[in-house]
Amino acid sequence: MNDMSGKPQYRVVGTRPVRPDGIDKVTGKAVFSADHFVAGMIYGAILRSPHAHARIRSIDTSKAAALPGVKAVVTGADFPALKSMEVDLGEGGGDIVDMSVNCMARDKVFYDGHAVAAVAATSASIAAEALELITVDYEVLPHVTDLAAAMADDAPVLHARMRTKGLDTPSDKPTNVSMRFVMEKGDVAAGLARAKVVARGSFSSAPVHQGYLEPQACTVAYNSDGQVQIWASSQGAFMIRTVTAQVLNLPIADIRVTPLEIGGGFGGKTVIYLEPVAVLLSKKSGRPVRLAMSRSDVFRATGPAPGTICDVAIGCDENGIITGAEVTFSGSAGAFPGSGTHPAAVCSLAPYKIPDYRIVGHDVVTNMACTAAYRSPGAPPIIFAVESIVDELAGKLGMDPIDLRLRNAIQEGDPSPSGVPFGPIGLKEMLEAAKVHPHWSEPLEANQGRGIAAGYWPNFGGQSTASVSLTDDGTVIVTTGSPDIGGSRASMAMMAAEVIGLPYDSVRATVADTSSIGYSMLTGGSRTTFATGKAVVEATEKVVDGLKARAASIWGVDAGAVEWAGGEARCTAQDKEGTLSVRELCGKGGPISAEATVNPPDPGPGIAVQIVDVEVDPDTGTVTVLRVTALQDVGRAIHPSYVEGQMQGGVVQGIGWALNEGYVFNAKGQLDNAGFLDYRIPVASDLPMISTVMIEVPWPSHPFGVKGVGEAPICPPMGAVANAVSAATGVRMHHLPMSPDRILTEVAAAQ
Amino acid sequence: MTSATYHAPASIAEAVGLLSSDPAARIIAGGTDLIVQARAGRVKPGAYVDIKRISAAIGIRSFEGGFAIGAATPCTALLEHAALCAAWPGMVEAANLIGSVQVRNRATMGGNLCNASPAADSVPALIAAGATCLVAGPSGERVIPVTDIPSAPGRTSLAQGEFVVEIRLPAQPSGGSDAYLRAIPRTEMDIAVVGAGVSLVMDGGVCKSARVGLGAVAPTALLVEAAAAALIGTTLDDNALDAMGEAVSAACKPIDDKRGTASYRTHTAAVLARRAALIARDRAGAK
Ligand SMILES: Cc1cc2nc3c(=O)[nH]c(=O)nc-3n(C[C@H](O)[C@H](O)[C@H](O)COP(=O)(O)OP(=O)(O)OC[C@H]3O[C@@H](n4cnc5c(N)ncnc54)[C@H](O)[C@@H]3O)c2cc1C
Repeated sequence: MNDMSGKPQYRVVGTRPVRPDGIDKVTGKAVFSADHFVAGMIYGAILRSPHAHARIRSIDTSKAAALPGVKAVVTGADFPALKSMEVDLGEGGGDIVDMSVNCMARDKVFYDGHAVAAVAATSASIAAEALELITVDYEVLPHVTDLAAAMADDAPVLHARMRTKGLDTPSDKPTNVSMRFVMEKGDVAAGLARAKVVARGSFSSAPVHQGYLEPQACTVAYNSDGQVQIWASSQGAFMIRTVTAQVLNLPIADIRVTPLEIGGGFGGKTVIYLEPVAVLLSKKSGRPVRLAMSRSDVFRATGPAPGTICDVAIGCDENGIITGAEVTFSGSAGAFPGSGTHPAAVCSLAPYKIPDYRIVGHDVVTNMACTAAYRSPGAPPIIFAVESIVDELAGKLGMDPIDLRLRNAIQEGDPSPSGVPFGPIGLKEMLEAAKVHPHWSEPLEANQGRGIAAGYWPNFGGQSTASVSLTDDGTVIVTTGSPDIGGSRASMAMMAAEVIGLPYDSVRATVADTSSIGYSMLTGGSRTTFATGKAVVEATEKVVDGLKARAASIWGVDAGAVEWAGGEARCTAQDKEGTLSVRELCGKGGPISAEATVNPPDPGPGIAVQIVDVEVDPDTGTVTVLRVTALQDVGRAIHPSYVEGQMQGGVVQGIGWALNEGYVFNAKGQLDNAGFLDYRIPVASDLPMISTVMIEVPWPSHPFGVKGVGEAPICPPMGAVANAVSAATGVRMHHLPMSPDRILTEVAAAQ
Repeated sequence: MTSATYHAPASIAEAVGLLSSDPAARIIAGGTDLIVQARAGRVKPGAYVDIKRISAAIGIRSFEGGFAIGAATPCTALLEHAALCAAWPGMVEAANLIGSVQVRNRATMGGNLCNASPAADSVPALIAAGATCLVAGPSGERVIPVTDIPSAPGRTSLAQGEFVVEIRLPAQPSGGSDAYLRAIPRTEMDIAVVGAGVSLVMDGGVCKSARVGLGAVAPTALLVEAAAAALIGTTLDDNALDAMGEAVSAACKPIDDKRGTASYRTHTAAVLARRAALIARDRAGAK
């Protein structure tokens, strides 16, 4: 269990102050992307393909360009030709050519909603009218939105040059399967042959969207000297800078990106769509241009998470010790490769010690918007399949599903998927806490069921810069380049306050533009509180060193004779004594500030366990979620409320994924539910209060023990809900979303 | 680009005049359908004729032992009328399943009916209640059953210049009550995959009369007389309910769409009608 005896005592870390951006947000003052206004600004609009797959024969923009009020028209022809190059954006990435074509189609459109032309005009309504004056001559091609169909031999091929990478025997056949990835250990056939009991099943899931509330938008001003200013919300202002520069062949230093408040990202704002288009519109018009997506643009053209197909077989001996496992899956990447095959493979079996396994993943392009990261990109639907089979195994053995997991759970020292031994990891602690939690033993009524599932995400470290400076009155400014999507400004201020010994309110944290702070990777991979937090701590420690040196010189003693405690310097030299506060020290002798850059390779892993109770209406198939307990090894919760918020948010999104969310395409391959009415994220009344249990197993390479917490909590919910539905109905569920008609169909099929 | 004009007439005659003179004019009540459709470019009204200032179209009054509800009365206002809630609880519930509280503070039953969505929530309940509409137009006023208003998805039988002034509910006989249930994947902010309204009159444990209305299972909401016939003269025993369920399923002519499959709709319509009948019976008995 969580042993509190050795826990260090902190003043600020572990408390729950109000976030610095809280007032702005609850009073509606916060400036999000589409709110930003620049003097002289005009309005951009994008024409999008109504076809899922078509060749563009020609585009005639002459009538649009001639409309009074239209100041610029842009098509794919305005984009520079690029050489193929892989770009790593921290949480996914891809080929720069694909990123450019995704911003604006060239000779082909690959999905309903693909941008084909853009205009900028003096009003939004003129811009909209101009779009209607553009004629695009399309040669409509056969399309494929379904994952299994895209893998078939006779499937329409999206990219004529695509060949499957990673095949044992390379093939020269054009294909939609961009990559095959194999991860194995030992001999899976032997492992499964040793098993007393084997459970197997085939699972699938529909593509889902991150469902952030704020549509993508940006405002761009291009200056005649080539310098570009971009205002946009995103998960990484530096990511926008890099990719925009690469897509348009601009020097990176000529682009300055100012981050605005972000209304949700969940991974979906780790890529760009609008910025290069807006740069070109601004360059052509000579005016600042704002481009903003509508809700249906967001659903049609921004990255969903892949749909998946997954076959799982797991075997164990009579004591429930897993002997072997085989996982074969495919993910629909959308228009361009990158469905998160590698992380999905890494995460699929990670919670369990398995001597012999084989994991094979395929990345498959389809005529759907190119997928983007979504919390634990690639992994959650594969984890759903694996956790369903673990549940099935427990059923076959007649064993408590927690006991089965406990017998196989990894712990410190066991090899991680990469081979490197796991550091401190609290899976066993969580499973033991779940077992004694009152939730696990609460009686259930008819048509109710309880499910449990675990989920793993490796988390990320990566590059971050932080600067800390003191003001004349002894208050502190913390500056980072990490966009705040989950309360990170509060956490940064708290860590700095803890180190320097001042109250939280004396420290203000901001997120700077890309010309005002050193490089930081995007906020993704649950890395910010870990890596940027580490940079903040290091910079604050340097500032404390500066304060001690200042005190030493005032007292005329060695720096070694100055101690820092409780927010003040204390002289330890024998002949002198006294204290000097931050305020007294920074008023004299010049500025004190420091910067720190980090690139930690060793983030703590994310791991979570959730218990879910549901009731299934046997006549209508409607699922009511009755109770959820979310447990997670959080390393150290800097701001417990925001950690709990991440856990609860992951559960909510996972419940949506489990029950109702999913892309629906019509026969033409157009997205049929491009809005919140028919793309059903959960509403508040769908959910019970979600209880959280934070297990703190501190991570040694972060000064306070932080492990990233943002992604792991979306890994267990689909498995936990599916296992609960299966318990309630007596029938194993194989498809996400488990909508009411799906449930009735699966139950009827089983009977 | 020309933008639409907005009118807020104070009388029925003025509204009829505006509607008759401009084929592109559209009535706006709560606007919770119309504004959404206009913003999505699905409709392009040339003029909006707002009926919320017409006193005859606002409020709830007693009428011939029943009620007359102004067509522009927001759904949440129905909840405040105790006599209406006591007489037609299912109809009031149906209107108050629409959207969210914020939506219902604007949304009206008149708009729900005239928007002519097959999935409109209040319509099966109004049909089950035997409601009628007072329609005003260039050639005067007429009273027609609610079933006659929607003619196809998104279309009504109203002629140019006509609009619904009020919705009338008959007197509720003693021993009578009603109920409405819908199936949606979420708990609110959703469109009915199936809706079923049942109104019935019980006398000494026996069903004397009944009406069954269904939504989202055909191009327009349905009145299913065979389903009602299966209930009348019975105690609503299992046999009667099974027979009603079969009649309900037989009446369904649904489509497969993104909101549900045809087979799911047909199956669930019977489930909901059965449950609604039992709720209506219990309510009737409790009086
Ligand atoms: C978020 C949201 C959720 C929703 N959820 C539901 C739901 O759960 N169930 C449901 O059934 N609906 C739902 N709706 C749709 C809508 O709210 C209802 O149909 C509502 O009752 C419409 O009423 P209104 O007064 O707003 O109509 P308006 O938008 O004002 O009008 C709708 C149409 O009817 C016409 N019209 C209006 N009044 C009259 C009249 N008196 N005479 C002739 N024509 C008229 C208008 O010209 C227009 O074509 C939802 C809408 C939104 C935005």
